[in-house]
Amino acid sequence: MTVTVEQVSYSYDDRRALEDVSFQVAEGQIFGLLGPNGGGKSTLFRILSTVMNPSSGRVVIDGHDTRREPAAVRRAIGVVFQSQSLDRKLTVAENLRAQGHFYGLSGSLLAARMGEAMERLNLTDRRGDLVQSLSGGYQRRVEIAKAILHRPRVLLMDEPSTGLDPAARRELAHYVQELRERHGVTVLLTTHILDEADRCDRLVLLHQGRCVAEGSPSELKTRVGGDVVIFRSHDPEALRTAIAGRFHISPKILDGNLRIEIANGYRFVTEVVEALPGSVESAAVHRPTLEDVFLDETGATIGG
Amino acid sequence: MGADSFILPVLTLWRRELIRFWREKARVLGFVGSPLIFWLVIGAGFGDLAFFFPGALTLTVMFSAVFSTMSLIEDRREGFLLSVLVSPAPRSAMVIGKVLGSSTLAWVQGLIFLIFLPLAGLRPGVSQLLILAGALFLVSFTFTALGFLIAWQMESSQGFHAIMNLVLFPLWMVSGALFPVARASSWMQWVMLANPMTYALAVLRRLMVAGALNDGTPGFTTSLLVTGLCALVLLAASTAVATRRREGSTA
Repeated sequence: MTVTVEQVSYSYDDRRALEDVSFQVAEGQIFGLLGPNGGGKSTLFRILSTVMNPSSGRVVIDGHDTRREPAAVRRAIGVVFQSQSLDRKLTVAENLRAQGHFYGLSGSLLAARMGEAMERLNLTDRRGDLVQSLSGGYQRRVEIAKAILHRPRVLLMDEPSTGLDPAARRELAHYVQELRERHGVTVLLTTHILDEADRCDRLVLLHQGRCVAEGSPSELKTRVGGDVVIFRSHDPEALRTAIAGRFHISPKILDGNLRIEIANGYRFVTEVVEALPGSVESAAVHRPTLEDVFLDETGATIGG
Repeated sequence: MGADSFILPVLTLWRRELIRFWREKARVLGFVGSPLIFWLVIGAGFGDLAFFFPGALTLTVMFSAVFSTMSLIEDRREGFLLSVLVSPAPRSAMVIGKVLGSSTLAWVQGLIFLIFLPLAGLRPGVSQLLILAGALFLVSFTFTALGFLIAWQMESSQGFHAIMNLVLFPLWMVSGALFPVARASSWMQWVMLANPMTYALAVLRRLMVAGALNDGTPGFTTSLLVTGLCALVLLAASTAVATRRREGSTA
């Protein structure tokens, strides 16, 4: 296993942020930590990236314990923080050169690595631009170029898609895939964005500091029974009672709408509308999403 | 892991400070300007521009050195230094690189201030000026290391300003900048001699004034040693706090 997280707990002075979190990431996987903001992702990210030590439990990356061998772990990981870690007053090339120096790279080797990283992320013609003059999407690309300069075995990314427009998100996903395919890099990312989570090979759902579910996106979705049906009604309580009485199921009310998980959702909609004419304003059916999985496991939404 | 893995981060962080400064030239004027006005007003008021010169110079360097470390407060939590913190670069290299960078800037501002030496009627020789420039770098370095140590442990820049106003400025006032040791009451003399800043100021004063000083200013060698020792202690302490990782509470 490239990354092993073993019974990790973390407490700030006044609150518990992580509670007994365990999971493993295999080599070459794109692994996602999905959960709402405040669910413990950032704390876990800071522990994985060796900025903080856990209260208890341990993290092993590429065979090294983050507490006891931080230097070895740091050589193995590349880190893309959510907040900007670029110097805005420096150019793209200056930022990358500084990064190389922190890893002991210099001279022609560093020049070659910089050229390679900039080419891979389509930054070559921006090498002389000040970072502050670049758009958000470009800045994120520089962050990634910076993180892969020393060819890490594991790339850690904190909310990489946040703040990017859809085109930039697709581009990012493409770079990440390519890194994995061409260089076997293991990617561990945190996210609260469903699209991004859907593209992961495997996910852990984090809620209130606990790991509530783990699996591939499709595995997780099959846990939801069949389809998800949403009814809108001017009197949701009455509709719920009516449906419960007639179909022997108990719909949930969420944001003023009725929510039902059921096999063959389309047929169920027809049955409800025919049986209870006039009580449904609108109906929608969808295949389960990760949001539905999260809702089932925790009763809360991710709120991306 | 050779010597490169130490020297490269030091040089690159040092260079970064200089480049950033060069791209924000407005910062230079602010730091030299206020102590200059301060010196002219106080010095002219007491009719002794020469006496107040070393104090004003120290203030220039202190402002510049300590304030340039203020950026650390944000830099280490959500900025450029975060990527240094997760890299294998030794923490000591990070501290030394940052301190060298900021102290070079403070030093250059101190050198600019030296242009006004003739206005105070002070005319040290060339060799003395060169030694003065060297000593000024040591003083800048010491102040920057102090700034690093304070800033690294701060949560906000407000706290930093409070320390500046409540600790550093009073220390400067009893460093011999405003009145010489010999003219102070006996308990104040003890305070002044226990104040490390007195020695930093003494190094500069002794290099600027030609003849002997009989005003209780500590001797040159002693002052140089005390200042050098302070620099080393502050550097070691800064490295120690920067190496510490936040531990989860076990409560």
